[in-house]
Amino acid sequence: MLDQPTHFVAAPDEETPPATFTGNRGLDQEEPLLFEIGRLDVTGVDIDEPEPFTPRLGGLERVDPIGLPGLCEPEAMRHYVRLSRKNYSIDAGLYPLGSCTMKHNPRLNEKLARLEGFADIHPLQPQSTIQGALALMEELARWLLALTNMSAVALSPKAGAHGELCGLMTIKTAIAARGEAATRNVVLIPQSAHGTNPASAALLGFSVRVVAAGDDGIVHADAVRAALGPDVAAIMLTNPNTCGLFERDIVEIARLVREEGGYFYCDGANFNAIAGVARPGDFGIDAMHINLHKTFSTPHGGGGPGSGPVVLSERLAPYAPVPFVLREGAGIRLVEHAEGTESFGRMTAFHGQMGMFTRAMAYMFSHGADGLRQASRDAVLSANYIRASLRDVMTQPFGDRPCMHEVLFDDAWLRGTGITTLDFAKAMIDEGYHPMTIYFPLVAHGAMLIEPTESESKASLDLFIATLRDLGERALRGEAEAFHQAPRHAPRRRLDETLAARKPVLRWRGG
Amino acid sequence: MRYHPLTDADRSEMLAKIGAAGVEELFADMPAEALLHDALDLPRGKSELEVERVMSAFAARNIAASRAPFFVGAGAYRHHVPASVDHLIQRSEFLTSYTPYQPEISQGTLQYLFEFQTQVALLTGMEVANASMYDGSTACAEAVLMAHRLTKRRKAILSGGLHPHYADVVRTVSKLADDDVVSLAPDVYAQENLLDAIDAGVSCVVVQSPDFFGNPRDLRALAQACHRCGALLIGVFTEAVSLGLLTPPGAFGADIVVGEGQSIGNALAFGGPYVGLFATREEFLRQMPGRVSGETVDADGRRAYVLTLSAREQHIRRDKATSNICTNSGLCALAFTIHLSLLGETGLRRLARVNHASAVLLAEALARVANVEMLNDAFFNEFTLRVTGDAAEIVEKMAARGVLAGVPVSRLLPRLGLDDLLLVASTETNTAEDRAAFVAALEGAL
Repeated sequence: MLDQPTHFVAAPDEETPPATFTGNRGLDQEEPLLFEIGRLDVTGVDIDEPEPFTPRLGGLERVDPIGLPGLCEPEAMRHYVRLSRKNYSIDAGLYPLGSCTMKHNPRLNEKLARLEGFADIHPLQPQSTIQGALALMEELARWLLALTNMSAVALSPKAGAHGELCGLMTIKTAIAARGEAATRNVVLIPQSAHGTNPASAALLGFSVRVVAAGDDGIVHADAVRAALGPDVAAIMLTNPNTCGLFERDIVEIARLVREEGGYFYCDGANFNAIAGVARPGDFGIDAMHINLHKTFSTPHGGGGPGSGPVVLSERLAPYAPVPFVLREGAGIRLVEHAEGTESFGRMTAFHGQMGMFTRAMAYMFSHGADGLRQASRDAVLSANYIRASLRDVMTQPFGDRPCMHEVLFDDAWLRGTGITTLDFAKAMIDEGYHPMTIYFPLVAHGAMLIEPTESESKASLDLFIATLRDLGERALRGEAEAFHQAPRHAPRRRLDETLAARKPVLRWRGG
Repeated sequence: MRYHPLTDADRSEMLAKIGAAGVEELFADMPAEALLHDALDLPRGKSELEVERVMSAFAARNIAASRAPFFVGAGAYRHHVPASVDHLIQRSEFLTSYTPYQPEISQGTLQYLFEFQTQVALLTGMEVANASMYDGSTACAEAVLMAHRLTKRRKAILSGGLHPHYADVVRTVSKLADDDVVSLAPDVYAQENLLDAIDAGVSCVVVQSPDFFGNPRDLRALAQACHRCGALLIGVFTEAVSLGLLTPPGAFGADIVVGEGQSIGNALAFGGPYVGLFATREEFLRQMPGRVSGETVDADGRRAYVLTLSAREQHIRRDKATSNICTNSGLCALAFTIHLSLLGETGLRRLARVNHASAVLLAEALARVANVEMLNDAFFNEFTLRVTGDAAEIVEKMAARGVLAGVPVSRLLPRLGLDDLLLVASTETNTAEDRAAFVAALEGAL
């Protein structure tokens, strides 16, 4: 294993570099706000004024100045390129955000999504003119169903949380169809769940009953049995769970929930650990969203867009939202209206995130069934390699046992050092890494959730491990002050988040 | 596999370190009966070249807007996007970064979101905006839920000029959340009486301008009527470029303004991904859904930006959150903000004038066509025609003649006797030749 990178050169004693006239520090350049550099009379888009014509705006012309500054193209390039350089990215380094799946984003997928036959077609063109788009949606559905062994898929949800809402809407509609809407209004959710789970349930008027996990970090069938009752509409369980563990009792839990008349919603945020290795349908689940922006690598884009198709069991399939594609002879039809069906209706305008479907489909074609299986296996192998390489320094809340695609540490090993999980994360920034997910899941004290993905080479993993070991040793040696000062080598030091929340400034106001 | 760096030798070394004989051991917690042993009924992996071939074959079966005179709108609009926009959003640091949870190394995203929020607030005539929603329709549903929280009432009134998909999304959420919705009948001429629908039980009135049929609306009296009853006015738009020429809902007194931002910076992409815009009054900030970037300082006192007011959000508040939204539309918001900063006020106003002129010229040409009636007195870049016969059939016939003519109203509002209505949009991308082709194809199809 590497101790230090071979290009390492010892630096002279660190001191704050002297202030510069510009505030820049070499390649680390300051950049003012658009509103401080743009001008109202400048535009970077050449448009000819129209020939004289008679406006027909009904007297509703906008008269007052809007206040939008413009940049010409070179100014815009410089502004946004400089801003971009203040961001960490997967392309620049390992991005071990647990539960977020920051894997490589192939550029082929970007190229193909921009083919004019995908990017320049309108959702309401005559269906005869977009048969290729409908065929691609059908193909995506075929792959998702084969990978999950489920009966139907709703493609339109816009992201994971929207997919959760879709699944719960389907369940609520199914329950209403059974005449139990008034009595089944509880959703079981473990404490370790993503915050979106209880938020989605609450949005639909369900009340949340928290199911405790065992000391081993997983939900046991007995706990579910105790929480079940005739008021339970569904359980929402993430599997693999947010502790990076596989919910061993899942088949038994699914059976119990079904016997009690409830539905099993599986949060598929971590499907990337098992795609091609096992099929969630074989566990007995009823619904699961699949984050195309995680498992199938559509870019996260600084926080979206995502895409969250939901696979459904046979007993939920009739209630799926519109639109959906239907093969009719040689053609494919898009069913856009719920009338005459049992569908719960529409949850977004148009048909879903086509731009993400094309990227995900290119990713699936590239991998094939064999490549998807290999990706899952490598992701799990890499997480376990990190676990095995750090287990003598860092502590794991549920003991040392194989994890899935992400490994969870807590802060027990930092106790007495005066260093928190946050301090440790910020010190990673100085070492050139994006921190892991911290303080989530809530069931681990000072959680540090590391997901390396299958995209890292062994050399990259080794350097990451060596870096965390070195930081860990420095922490245990008592170098607390250095951790409290971190980061020192980022575009910004730690931010005053209290000020931001107490006196919110959410827009530029001039001056 | 070209995306997988680990070699078999690496894998063996890693397994040795872990102390496992094989990767299977790492999956030992999975029920044995659930493990796949046979290959799935799916093809094996393909080279880049092969994937390009397969995907291009799907794309080739679609008629792209660039291949035909194109007049389709109804909530998604074809505009020219400068080449620099797509180049910039593909910078690794924007494309392959996550939600800016670590602000010290995410200032690029946080600053452009702050700029985006400011632009959206200015454009809509509102005080504050969030960092984007999925799209206009889901932003609209979120606005209704927000109004319910603010007013502690649970009844929404939907204008008959609201985009039918937006109305459907609101109705879906409301039905399943057990809230009330009153939907007014489709309002082709913008003559509905919303004032009479407002009573003390109403939480909000949702009105679109320009409405689904293309009519710009004056919302002043409606805003006052809402406020007299303690209700909120939600202003909606589906064509963001219109705000360069038309009085924004904020100036009429709207309390929440939501809309679709696709028109600026984003491709048609068959309906998504798009970017929902969401703006409101400062006093309502803590009930606003979605992420916001706020200004603060770092430990050295330098100006910096950070995701703030997260006490509203699901990852903190869980079942008490203002929304379940997590991932939003970051990269589409970036495309929007870059395009709008290239346009600036000067460019946006000119672009809006060119759009309006394009539609006016088309309307004037259609006035000379027999069996076609123009239904709008006023419009921006889209209007409604009454044609003799079934508009859906006419659109198909025109498509066969190589013109993508617009959207039959019955596609979104079936079985309401609106089969003879056709929505037609004309933007800066349409030329005089396109308009002539439209008129000729329509005359041939009638």
